[in-house]
Amino acid sequence: MSDGILSPPVSERDHTSGPASAPVTLVEYGDYECPYCGQAYPIVKAAQRKLGKRLRFVFRNFPLSEAHPHARHAAEAAEAAADQGKFWEMHDALFENQNALEDDQLVATARRLGLDAERIAAALEAGTYAQRVREDFRSGVRSGVNGTPTFFINGRRYDGPWADERTFISALENAAKAARVKA
Amino acid sequence: MADTKEAKREGDGQGSQTSSVLEAGTRAPEFSLRAAPDRSLTLSELRGHPVIVAFYPADWSPVCSDQMALYNEILPEFAEYGAQLVGISVDGAWCHKAFSQSRNLRFDLLADFEPKGAVSHAYGAYRKADGFSERALFVIDANGVIRWSYLSPVGVNPGADGIINALTALTDEQRGQPSAAEATRSSSGSSARNDSSARSSDSSATQSDISAR
Repeated sequence: MSDGILSPPVSERDHTSGPASAPVTLVEYGDYECPYCGQAYPIVKAAQRKLGKRLRFVFRNFPLSEAHPHARHAAEAAEAAADQGKFWEMHDALFENQNALEDDQLVATARRLGLDAERIAAALEAGTYAQRVREDFRSGVRSGVNGTPTFFINGRRYDGPWADERTFISALENAAKAARVKA
Repeated sequence: MADTKEAKREGDGQGSQTSSVLEAGTRAPEFSLRAAPDRSLTLSELRGHPVIVAFYPADWSPVCSDQMALYNEILPEFAEYGAQLVGISVDGAWCHKAFSQSRNLRFDLLADFEPKGAVSHAYGAYRKADGFSERALFVIDANGVIRWSYLSPVGVNPGADGIINALTALTDEQRGQPSAAEATRSSSGSSARNDSSARSSDSSATQSDISAR
């Protein structure tokens, strides 16, 4: 229904991987406990390998916490890791261990990554990053996220299939070409 | 007599049937439906607050579950606008109860069960050939007037951005910021079925109702 326009656009507030000058920005609204996001994780990795510096990847939180009781704390743990400079390490570790998202397991994962795990445990307890996660969620609602994962390519919701790696990568390649023509 | 608008269906694998959902500016048809095996809910009981009505085809089907699960997560946002959400399908009250419990839903699912689909039909949101409701959304204002409606392709989860935009426009209007409401209205484009003439004619009623509360 929606115009499917990413709002707000990608900014310094976001966790990004890849150059800001990349012709393609891929934004995922995801949930660390969602099996489909888990399925999408290696596909995004493959896209990052294939497009290299032509792709900037952004992850925003969209925890469906009524359906996935661990999703919110997992998102908060990733945000806490970001404050220690290791967002993507934590993001990857969570998706690679989707069955280990209890609080003590989140803290153990943080410790394994060399993070100050006690600080992360305290942040989970205090809900330090709850608002940040909620802000991501609200921006997703306004942008027309209708489930997880929802992708945006260069600011527009991508409604095509993502589970097929070749189709997904070719959508990104096409966006790269379109951006070059425009520029 | 009700204003209707033709909308093409897509993606439902059944060719190009058309359906007509009630348009913005139309008074929302009254209904009283089972919200639980032992409890009914009447639309007019909800006057004084915006109401979001989400018609959907069936409990348990994958797309519906996603949509209802999504709205369940968004309830706090809806509540910020003082809006109450109800879901409506032709499933019976016991079916709704089991579905709702399994998904931990915190809003009412109403059973348009007997006479089957009568309320869906009144809103122009019934698929007669299939015997179930369309996937259609309505935002009804505090006075019981439809202010926004949307017919989704039956297989597509419409998300909630259209609902939020409509609620934002209503709130801006109540605060006396017609320009912001106007902006939201025009930016919502062809997908939002707004009737601006009807809107402006009943906005004064809405405002007076709000200020009386």
